Amino acid sequence: MEVLISTAIGFLVACGIYLMLRARTMDVVIGLTLLSYGVNLFLFASGRLVSNAAALISPDAAAYADPLPQALVLTAIVIGFGMTAFLVVLAIRAFGDLGNDHVDGKAGK
Amino acid sequence: MMDHWLIMPVLLPMTAAILMLLTAHMGRTVKRCISLLAMSGLVLVAIVLLNATLAGEYQVYAVGNWVAPFGIVLVLDRLSALMVLLTSVLALFSLLYACNGQDRDGRHFHVLFHMQLMGLNGAFLTGDLFNLFVFFEILLIASYGLLLHGGGPQRSRAGLHYVILNLAGSGLFLIAVGTLYGILGTLNMADLAVKVAQADPEQLRLIHISALLLMVVFGLKAALLPLYFWLPNAYGVASAPVAALFAIMTKVGVYSIIRVFMLVFGIEAGALANLAQPWLLPLGLVTLALGAFGVLASRCLRKQVAYLVVVSVGTLIAGVGLLSVESMAASLYYLMHSTLITGGLFLLADIIVRQRGDVGSELRTGPTVTQPLLLSTMFFIGALAVVGLPPLSGFIGKLLLLQSAVQQPGVAWFWSVILIASFFALIALSRTGSTLFLKTDDTAITGVRMESVSLLAVTALLLSSPLLAIYGDAVSGFTTATAEQLMQPMQYIEGVLGPQQASAAALTEGG
Repeated sequence: MEVLISTAIGFLVACGIYLMLRARTMDVVIGLTLLSYGVNLFLFASGRLVSNAAALISPDAAAYADPLPQALVLTAIVIGFGMTAFLVVLAIRAFGDLGNDHVDGKAGK
Repeated sequence: MMDHWLIMPVLLPMTAAILMLLTAHMGRTVKRCISLLAMSGLVLVAIVLLNATLAGEYQVYAVGNWVAPFGIVLVLDRLSALMVLLTSVLALFSLLYACNGQDRDGRHFHVLFHMQLMGLNGAFLTGDLFNLFVFFEILLIASYGLLLHGGGPQRSRAGLHYVILNLAGSGLFLIAVGTLYGILGTLNMADLAVKVAQADPEQLRLIHISALLLMVVFGLKAALLPLYFWLPNAYGVASAPVAALFAIMTKVGVYSIIRVFMLVFGIEAGALANLAQPWLLPLGLVTLALGAFGVLASRCLRKQVAYLVVVSVGTLIAGVGLLSVESMAASLYYLMHSTLITGGLFLLADIIVRQRGDVGSELRTGPTVTQPLLLSTMFFIGALAVVGLPPLSGFIGKLLLLQSAVQQPGVAWFWSVILIASFFALIALSRTGSTLFLKTDDTAITGVRMESVSLLAVTALLLSSPLLAIYGDAVSGFTTATAEQLMQPMQYIEGVLGPQQASAAALTEGG
């Protein structure tokens, strides 16, 4: 499971960075979204990967899952979602103001 | 009762913002009244808080009534109180300036302004790393809205760059926070400091990496090399009251660097002690040098002031990088001075630009401004202060910084870069002043006269410089006390976690 998770995080972040380096606003938006997915998964995994473990302390629990990273991830997801929504609106507005979707507002090649 | 004052700098702007959303239909006068009332209240709260820190005690406020390190705490020490007061004073005058008409350019200016204040104050007060991230996001999303205030293609472009960069920065922040939590199992800064000092040697490398990631994030906020390229564009196109308020935004990055790298990775962090020191001084000096070139090369008044912000950040970070009580005290003095003066200069630049008609912000021969004597005098005072010529506060700040570097290694670099950069700024601002006020053509006066409210706002911000100079003794006494407090992270840890935990930590550290 560790290999799967770390490969997934790496793949998401790599795709995100590739897309962010492209000079079109929509590509950058999708790149940032993928990056935030990767980051959220990473944050989630920082509490270690355990399955079927109790989150609350009880006398007969063999192992515990850490609930805090889940709270952190929830916060990060909400914030990331709001920011992405804002960025989409801003990208559309920049398209309207500048007449094209280049991040520097240059006319296309 | 004193306890609850601590949450007021966060609650008051938030309440005001919500109230203004609810009264959105009631017209501008109501909003302005609420906004200015809340702002004045915030200044009073900040003064009360500052007063409470004079004795040197730490005030801790457990937000959810869970004790640290389990719950989120707000911590008030001298540095936090100083930053909150500085923010509210700067914001009061920016807001006053905005009330003369620029708040009409967008519907929710006052709401966003107060949300931004909430984020700023929260970031200065929090004692929890993840909470710092949350407050960063609050102040950022408000600043996105404020930066776009007034609209136009230039703002859209600068805003797009600013938002994308900061979103990438937030991703890095989360990676750093996640790594630290995964290794150390805590996010409370005082507890982090304890745990970092006792960390397993095998994991030092990972902690080191996440610490440097944090530095990249804070460096992006502070506009440190090589992450400052967004700043001149963004600040140069933002509307004047927003740009003036943004003068404190870079200082949030500086504050976070001071807080995290003095407390968590500070002198008592065991193997990772003083981790930031090899980076801060050189990065600060190069930022300073490049900022000075930017000031010299600007063809636009607003961008020139924006480059002055870069110069001030470079100076500050270099001063912090010297890592002694004297240099920290001098940096804090310089921080107060540079924030208020660059804020005032942004407002002054706006008045000048408006009175120059079509030539606007471009630094070339243009029509005479409507009030040449008044504006040139103000520009002269502002320029003197920001360059650092006697008798104003810039001179005292730089003198203190230079003095504090005498005993340090790298003093030659420090002195030469700061002095040459000041000289460059002097040349650039003399040229700007003569272009603006002397090399005028004979075209008719086109501009509008300055209103008395704007005059009050700009004068108050520029007056801070002679005031900081006159009361220099008291102010530098306070910054020295602040610096001494910062140099004793153990006291902060004891203040937050209670003496027992902290002494237990010291025992394990010793054994």
